Amino acid sequence: MEDYQDAPESTLVAALQQEDAAAFEYFVRTFGGRALAVARRYLRNSDDAEDCIQDAFLQAFRNIEKFEQRSSLATWLHRIVVNSALMKLRSQTRLAEQSIDDLLPQFDTGECRVEPSWRFDESVETLAAKGEARRHVRDAIDSLPENYRIVLLLRDIEEYRTDETAELMDMTPGSVKITLHRARSALKKKLEPLFERDGE
Amino acid sequence: MSSHRKLKSWMFKLPTMLNCAEAEELMHDHHEGDLPANRRWRLNLHLKLCRECTSYLAAYENSIALGQSAHSDVEPADDLPDDLVAKITAAREQK
Ligand SMILES: [Zn+2]
Repeated sequence: MEDYQDAPESTLVAALQQEDAAAFEYFVRTFGGRALAVARRYLRNSDDAEDCIQDAFLQAFRNIEKFEQRSSLATWLHRIVVNSALMKLRSQTRLAEQSIDDLLPQFDTGECRVEPSWRFDESVETLAAKGEARRHVRDAIDSLPENYRIVLLLRDIEEYRTDETAELMDMTPGSVKITLHRARSALKKKLEPLFERDGE
Repeated sequence: MSSHRKLKSWMFKLPTMLNCAEAEELMHDHHEGDLPANRRWRLNLHLKLCRECTSYLAAYENSIALGQSAHSDVEPADDLPDDLVAKITAAREQK
């Protein structure tokens, strides 16, 4: 196998454009780990995540001709993986979900917020360094109702812009904003056990 | 506690004051840094007077940061297992 590791990326791209089988294998081998990790963010089932990256690599290979190298190959593939994961999610039947309403902020009849005073004894960095807290946070995101979970992943984790997310999700930018805000509020509700309550 | 909220609900009816529900609607844009100056001013005024919204916003911001850092290590050093690589390359050859 030709060594693409030390060569500029354009060498690999050129070989892929010539439908070189060894280049494709190298491409799958070196970019596959990250692609799989991204697919797993969206698809909870690991067979689905593997199918997803298989589709993504085949699609990438079919479209490599059109790849103009305005972004890196990794960024380009990332997008294809996300698209392929979203397609897969759309084709799946949804399980019954917890309603988001229970997780949204509460107001009293005078439109005053009902909220405990939180004290953050541990900084985000300290908390995030703990494996257990990280797992708790990931589980909390995973347990959000589907649309909210995906919009939160796209916007806050993958850092797609509002308009890009709107396009990927076939939503208006306005409803992306509302969905994202509710998703964040719901995540916050789920993470409250990590925060200390100041005695009132 | 409830007299505290009663006082606030009265105070937040004053002109240019936002109530908590109105403040809530600005939180997304506030976090994104997209609020126009006059709304930013009104939200900041509300936050100065409202312990609940201040507490809520801090937890909201912390949750976003926690979500981001819990997902920040998604770059696995591992390559794909050989059988999966073989499956994908075989699928290409079938096409
Ligand atoms: Zn308030």
